Amino acid sequence: MADTILVVVEQREGKFNRVSWETLTAGQALAADTGWALEAAVVGGRVESFAGEVAGKKVSKVYAIESANLEPYTPDAFVAALKQFLSSRLPKLVLMPHTYQVRDFVPKLATAMGRTAISDCIGYKKDGGKLVFTRQMFQGKLAADVSFTCDAPWFVTVQNGAFRGDKVEAGASAAPVEMVKSEIPDGIIRNKPQEVFKEAKQAVDLTQAEIIVAVGRGIKEQKNIDLAKQLADAIGGEIAASRPICDSGWLPMDRQIGSSGQTVAPKLYLALGISGAIQHIVGMKGSRTIVAVNKDSAAPIFEIADYAVVGNLFDIVPPLIEEVKKAKAGA
Amino acid sequence: MKILVCMKQVPQKDAPLELNETGTWIREDVSYEVNEPDAYALEEALRQKEKHGGEVVVITAGPARAAQVLREALAKGADRAIHLEDHAFVGLDPFNTAQAFFAAIKDEKFDLIFTGLQSDDYGYAQTGVILAELLGWPHATIIMQIEKSDSGIRVKRELEAGYFQFVDIPLPAVLTIQSGINKLRYATLIGIKQAKNKPLRKVIMPEVQSAIGGNLQKIERLYVPQKAKNTEIIEGPPGEVAKKLVDKLRNEVRVL
Repeated sequence: MADTILVVVEQREGKFNRVSWETLTAGQALAADTGWALEAAVVGGRVESFAGEVAGKKVSKVYAIESANLEPYTPDAFVAALKQFLSSRLPKLVLMPHTYQVRDFVPKLATAMGRTAISDCIGYKKDGGKLVFTRQMFQGKLAADVSFTCDAPWFVTVQNGAFRGDKVEAGASAAPVEMVKSEIPDGIIRNKPQEVFKEAKQAVDLTQAEIIVAVGRGIKEQKNIDLAKQLADAIGGEIAASRPICDSGWLPMDRQIGSSGQTVAPKLYLALGISGAIQHIVGMKGSRTIVAVNKDSAAPIFEIADYAVVGNLFDIVPPLIEEVKKAKAGA
Repeated sequence: MKILVCMKQVPQKDAPLELNETGTWIREDVSYEVNEPDAYALEEALRQKEKHGGEVVVITAGPARAAQVLREALAKGADRAIHLEDHAFVGLDPFNTAQAFFAAIKDEKFDLIFTGLQSDDYGYAQTGVILAELLGWPHATIIMQIEKSDSGIRVKRELEAGYFQFVDIPLPAVLTIQSGINKLRYATLIGIKQAKNKPLRKVIMPEVQSAIGGNLQKIERLYVPQKAKNTEIIEGPPGEVAKKLVDKLRNEVRVL
């Protein structure tokens, strides 16, 4: 049998996770470069309609892996269903989005099959005959090309934003959908998940802000947040922060940008004292213009900045507030 | 409750990193610190012990320098420590790291194992979940709250985009802990003093060697990432930088 790439897409609350389409784009690119067949799978309680939607994309087949025990999500049920399925099909490569749900079960699945997962990949290369996957290390300061040294199936998870979801190719005609009924014995599910909920109301919707002034650890103390607020007020933007600032309670959780907070793409993102850990970057790298102020010239935030200021934010921000005010007054 | 906390020593956040001669790892003559989520995992274990009694044991794998992480944990209140001491542990993939821990604790009976949700160096976010699978225990990841219940524990999982979920889990279980679950404590002078007399068990490579196989994944090359963007560097004294920046924001970015 020819080698196959299987993309396992993720749906939640009736909607596809955006990263699912990005992962499918990655799968299409890999299929084109390797000549391997591309198939997709949707896993859940009732997923036939989702499978139908995926079947409209350029894939040769879609599997709808169903069981009442797959809803709500538990790692035990997902691993049981996917292990069963993968052991009979043995694809060469299994691609999944690096979501919190996938992170929760993929290491268990790979281990249960005696395999490994290369997690949070941002790309791939064909290095001679060898397929390597690129992932960030040391919080994005370095990158690594990583290869598999075990048998297939190879598990790879794809970072949020690494591929373009809007570039996923439609198929010439709808791909066939195969229903797969999973046999998951009731007794194997140990976790009992409750309803998914949102903490309090989200007071601010940062996704609508045109300008965001965001602070990171470089702000040093709670009282210094005010300096950033002054700049936000002067420039007409919203104040936001990286996770450690919200963890410390210096700004409310609903001001947090990143994988556990909001994902934004404003016209201007001003990053003050933010090093640019991956978890933060995935929440703001779509910003049209990024200005970064950081004293560490090796900070990963500079990798994605349009304008870089290497320096102490406490030196830069006060005159910047004055200049912005002047510009506004003159405008 | 008897809780094991898996901890890791990683390069300090702002440590300048250089590649080694083969371009497969960093030069290790940098400053190190405890992996941040692991510090929160330890703090949570100490709080659980204060509430419910029991024991907190900390474990790490790495060369002699990694013992510093254990000493700090003991000073903060952990009862004893296990050090898998060998430089070779640094290069293990998550499967083999979990195997090494599994082998080192096979005679212990823990109710809970905590890890940080991921490390600041490799960032795999896998070792804890793999350890759960090797033990045959249930697990939950990215945990923001832990309460004891009649049948085990109730944990609060963080999901994406501000969503959460409570999950009931029987014990024993493995949890990966998110940063910010609690407020970290400092070690006291008395704690630092007492730490010197607490047991620290060293495990050498031959004791766990049989559990470890070849890595299932391999770093072929480590490198400084190529810049994706054409970044314009704005330099000068602060006043001048501010002027230049405002000029850019007005005339190029057009937001002023």
